[in-house]
Amino acid sequence: MEKFVRHDGLVAPLDRANVDTDQIIPKQFLKSIKRTGFGPNLFDEWRYLDEGSPGQDNSVRPVNKDFVLNLPAFQGASVLITRRNFGCGSSREHAPWALMDFGFKAIIAPSFADIFYNNCFKNGLLPIVLSEDNVEALFQAVNGKEGYRLTIDLEGQQVIPESGAALPFEIDEFRKHCLLNGLDEIGLTLNEADAIRAYEKGRMEREPWVFADH
Amino acid sequence: MAGKTLYDKLWEAHLVTQREDGSALIYIDRQIIHEVTSPQAFEGLRLAGRQPWRTSASVATIDHNVPTTPFKSAADIADDTSRIQVQTLQDNTREFGITEFGIGDVRQGIVHVMAPEQGAVVPGMTVVCGDSHTSTNGALACLAHGIGTSEVEHVLATQTLVAKKMNNMRVSVEGELGAGVTAKDVVLHIIGVIGTAGGTGYALEFAGSAMRSLSMEGRMTVCNMAIEAGARAGMVAVDDVTIDYVKGRPFAPQGADWDKAEAYWRTLVSDADARFDEEVNIDAADIKPQVSWGTSPEMVVPVDANLPDPAAESDEVKRSGMTRAYEYMGLTPGMPVTDIKVDRVFIGSCTNSRIEDLRAAAEVAKGRQKAGSVKQVLVVPGSGLVKQQAEKEGLDKVFVEAGFEWREPGCSMCLAMNPDRLEAGEHCASTSNRNFEGRQGNGGRTHLVSPAMAAAAAVAGHFVDIRELDQA
Ligand code: SF4
Repeated sequence: MEKFVRHDGLVAPLDRANVDTDQIIPKQFLKSIKRTGFGPNLFDEWRYLDEGSPGQDNSVRPVNKDFVLNLPAFQGASVLITRRNFGCGSSREHAPWALMDFGFKAIIAPSFADIFYNNCFKNGLLPIVLSEDNVEALFQAVNGKEGYRLTIDLEGQQVIPESGAALPFEIDEFRKHCLLNGLDEIGLTLNEADAIRAYEKGRMEREPWVFADH
Repeated sequence: MAGKTLYDKLWEAHLVTQREDGSALIYIDRQIIHEVTSPQAFEGLRLAGRQPWRTSASVATIDHNVPTTPFKSAADIADDTSRIQVQTLQDNTREFGITEFGIGDVRQGIVHVMAPEQGAVVPGMTVVCGDSHTSTNGALACLAHGIGTSEVEHVLATQTLVAKKMNNMRVSVEGELGAGVTAKDVVLHIIGVIGTAGGTGYALEFAGSAMRSLSMEGRMTVCNMAIEAGARAGMVAVDDVTIDYVKGRPFAPQGADWDKAEAYWRTLVSDADARFDEEVNIDAADIKPQVSWGTSPEMVVPVDANLPDPAAESDEVKRSGMTRAYEYMGLTPGMPVTDIKVDRVFIGSCTNSRIEDLRAAAEVAKGRQKAGSVKQVLVVPGSGLVKQQAEKEGLDKVFVEAGFEWREPGCSMCLAMNPDRLEAGEHCASTSNRNFEGRQGNGGRTHLVSPAMAAAAAVAGHFVDIRELDQA
């Protein structure tokens, strides 16, 4: 997993509450065999005017020009600000995969659905909870200035606007540690490789048949 | 000190490290892999430049997407996305050196049928698969449960899982099962009693004299549906039935190893003084052949009952759930179960596609004919080996003579990812495990039953009490 220490990026505003995982990535795309490549179908039903199907050439599809991520001003955005209960619905990991594949590094909202929030950390995407008021202020700032950017300082646990005071946020110590060091759960577990090997050795003696080749 | 439950023993035997925050690293002995939930896990390994920790721990096969009409290679699969998933599993298992029972291999089949059949799952193991019905394997006194795609990759890379210990629940079924009452009826009855969330957070041990009287295949049927009672893992203690089942299977230990294994496996029972956080006792005599009427497995009634009245339900959430289910199913409260007509019948799935299931269905089909009103009866064996055995016994001919279709192994109409599916509004007598809206096809209406009950419905054109078949 890529490290997340500090990120400076263009902000896109998605002014909706309760955005569910079906809206983030519709179910027909779950038949894909990849963890990558979901970006073109992120928010598919909002971004395009036709019904999407897997394996299509998305570049020739009719685009909903009014959808925020299609506006020229937000091309290249990597920080998404949105409203409460983002990521509700199913447990599909395809949701964070799609957001990351599109280019988002961090999502800022007043609250997130549980499973989605967890899935983000498994994939190196940083979900940040700020108060309703602070999120509202960010919406106003983004809407008031083209090319509005934010800096996210994970070490210092703060979102730094171009002007004005930094906004502190909370994050679980263990998860912060994983993100700062680019440790995914697998990487972390592999730190205990010696313990796993030692365990295996004992088991091999007691139950050799479990380890038989076939 | 109180004794240990079977689950306690399995947990302790696999504990690698206990972490301070309450989570633990547990060792995974066997991972079973199929084409739908594994591609991203393999891609993850590739992107991170990692290798599987121990390739001999994994066994793969194709099941969810495969057609059940004969095909020779992936190229014969018409649906693009299905074909790609099947092909990808083949490529991934070759690249990483993992055994796959692929197209044309007689061992290919539904993951949870194939693994015990091969002896790839033996008592005392931890078993995972990216599929919630992995609980099936708990019938062999294993700790077996489903996992998500990130965890599939985690297990491939580390041979461990980060887990928290569950609570212990025991469901004891005591007494003798009545005529016509099968393992499927037992588990449907249990789910009807404890509800679809009754087992949430628990490892569920099935015990009691009725459970011990079941064959290994019957026990697998029961453990298969633990997840439908909310429990990720279901299990049954080791006894002679377990030992006899495992002996001689291709992956099973042999010679001196066998003796050592058997001695250890015999300890895999809950101690007499073990403490369970929750106990449920069921009288076997109360269990009748079951039929599910709604869109959740707990919406189930005995075949000789009338459908329940939502107005009589005091819990408001349940009542509205029942009302919605009636609407979806196109049924009315109070109607006799036996008045429900069926349009299609599906005999198969990881719940009921083993040889005993097919024998039970064939016994009913023998000398009878599919009702004219029934459009299709699919019989889909759980694996190539089950198919071979059934054909050796002539069951395929019995089915074909009765007007049933004899198919190739796979998940088929259990989840309708392949071409086998219901049309909107059709009622299906199905031996599978989930009656959710749209599960067997958009708008399709599923009724969960045992193989014998499914075959009887195929013959009569509506549900019939298997105990009174000849009067039907
Ligand atoms: S038969 Fe059905 S429940 Fe079983 S593994 Fe296949 S799709 Fe899942």
